[in-house]
Amino acid sequence: MTDPMPGCAARQPPASLVPTGLGGAAVIDKFVATINEAVAGIADGSTVLLAGFGAGTPEHLVAGLIEQGARDLILVCNAGGRDDGPIADLLATERVRKLICSFVRPASVAARLFTAGKLELEIVPQGTLAERIRAGGAGVQGFYTPTAADTLLAEGRETRVINGRLCLLEYPIFGDVALIDAWEADRWGNLTHRDSARNFNPIMAMAAKLAIVQTAHVVPLGAIPPANVHTAGVFVQRVLHVPVAGGTDV
Amino acid sequence: MYKPLDRNGIAARIARDIPEGWFVNLGIGIPTAVSDFVPEDREVIFHAENGVIGIGPAPPPGSENPYLVNAGVQHVTIRTGGAYVHHADSFAIARGGHLDLCVLGAFEVSENGDIANWARAADEPVKQVGGAMDLAVGAQRLWVAMEHNTKGGGGSRIRRVCSYPLTAKGVVRRVYTDLAVLDVTPGGFVVRDMVEGMTFEALQERTEAVLVRG
Repeated sequence: MTDPMPGCAARQPPASLVPTGLGGAAVIDKFVATINEAVAGIADGSTVLLAGFGAGTPEHLVAGLIEQGARDLILVCNAGGRDDGPIADLLATERVRKLICSFVRPASVAARLFTAGKLELEIVPQGTLAERIRAGGAGVQGFYTPTAADTLLAEGRETRVINGRLCLLEYPIFGDVALIDAWEADRWGNLTHRDSARNFNPIMAMAAKLAIVQTAHVVPLGAIPPANVHTAGVFVQRVLHVPVAGGTDV
Repeated sequence: MYKPLDRNGIAARIARDIPEGWFVNLGIGIPTAVSDFVPEDREVIFHAENGVIGIGPAPPPGSENPYLVNAGVQHVTIRTGGAYVHHADSFAIARGGHLDLCVLGAFEVSENGDIANWARAADEPVKQVGGAMDLAVGAQRLWVAMEHNTKGGGGSRIRRVCSYPLTAKGVVRRVYTDLAVLDVTPGGFVVRDMVEGMTFEALQERTEAVLVRG
């Protein structure tokens, strides 16, 4: 089958969601029961969008991806992590070929792998990174921005003057997979994100063919008021319930 | 004899100049401390690029909310009237001209308003860009907070031309240092204020760029 919209984050519905005929329409239920089901089928060579910024990182899904074993990955996230934590753990497996992010700390697993020639790096200004991801989810095939147009990051790249400002051409980022954190989810995949844990989660879910969510809470369909849905279920493919450890959040 | 401001002193000096009603982003380093010097009853709204509008003071120890951090991943609070947005909307605020002011730290500023704050050499292996390039080109005005001279005292960070890789060209409006407040104008750096005991001549001696009397 040819891709009707090459370059777009088109998705194939899982067989279980395809209506089976008159009177036999499948109920939409995106919940999976286990971490193995959640990360099943992530192929070698995938581009993986990993959300989070101090909060809102789906740590359980990262651990699942490490266990699952996909390699030759391109990882897209805000920053290159530290010496420990989920990003460092994933990079330390040396199954990530390239890291696309807005900065790398000098003292980090990412910096050491890069210096050793074991990791490619693409440094993208944070707003451009967010907008490239949003563009990927929205089917926008490129945009011009003044950000970084006057800097070393623009060397050898296409620029043009628009409204009197020098602008740099940027391309969208498409994910094969997005790893997403949520506070609440229903079976259609409608999500809320708590406080500043929202960050990259809604746009990364949009930009990937397969958005996999770990949610702290499962709620019935309709429990999230429609006006309060932060990420609509249309952008979500799989949801795993990962109760918050300790406290009253379970 | 003059006494340079410490880092909190620079932050407090900046806070004095922010009018009520402004929507402001504070960068990491000296700028982060600016909000500590804006009394809570003044309606200045602080934005953090991870999607928080209306950042409030640090929470008392023991009552941190693990889901609420600022751009430096420090625990913060949110003011009444605050809002959360996702990362693309948060940078639409920065890039789309919705900030009245952004205050960034820097290594160097040049007399035409160039800012260098992300790398000390073009071939630095590991790059730390973050959100500075977006904020620098997008905010309606950019102020810089930094020490006037390099550590050890010798070099001037206020320059004719930046020697480090640029973050953005021609965007800085004003620089607050430990010695002075300088406006970037078509005629070069104009001295708006100096610490007590500082003279124009002594300031010029510590500055590579040519200064203009305010």
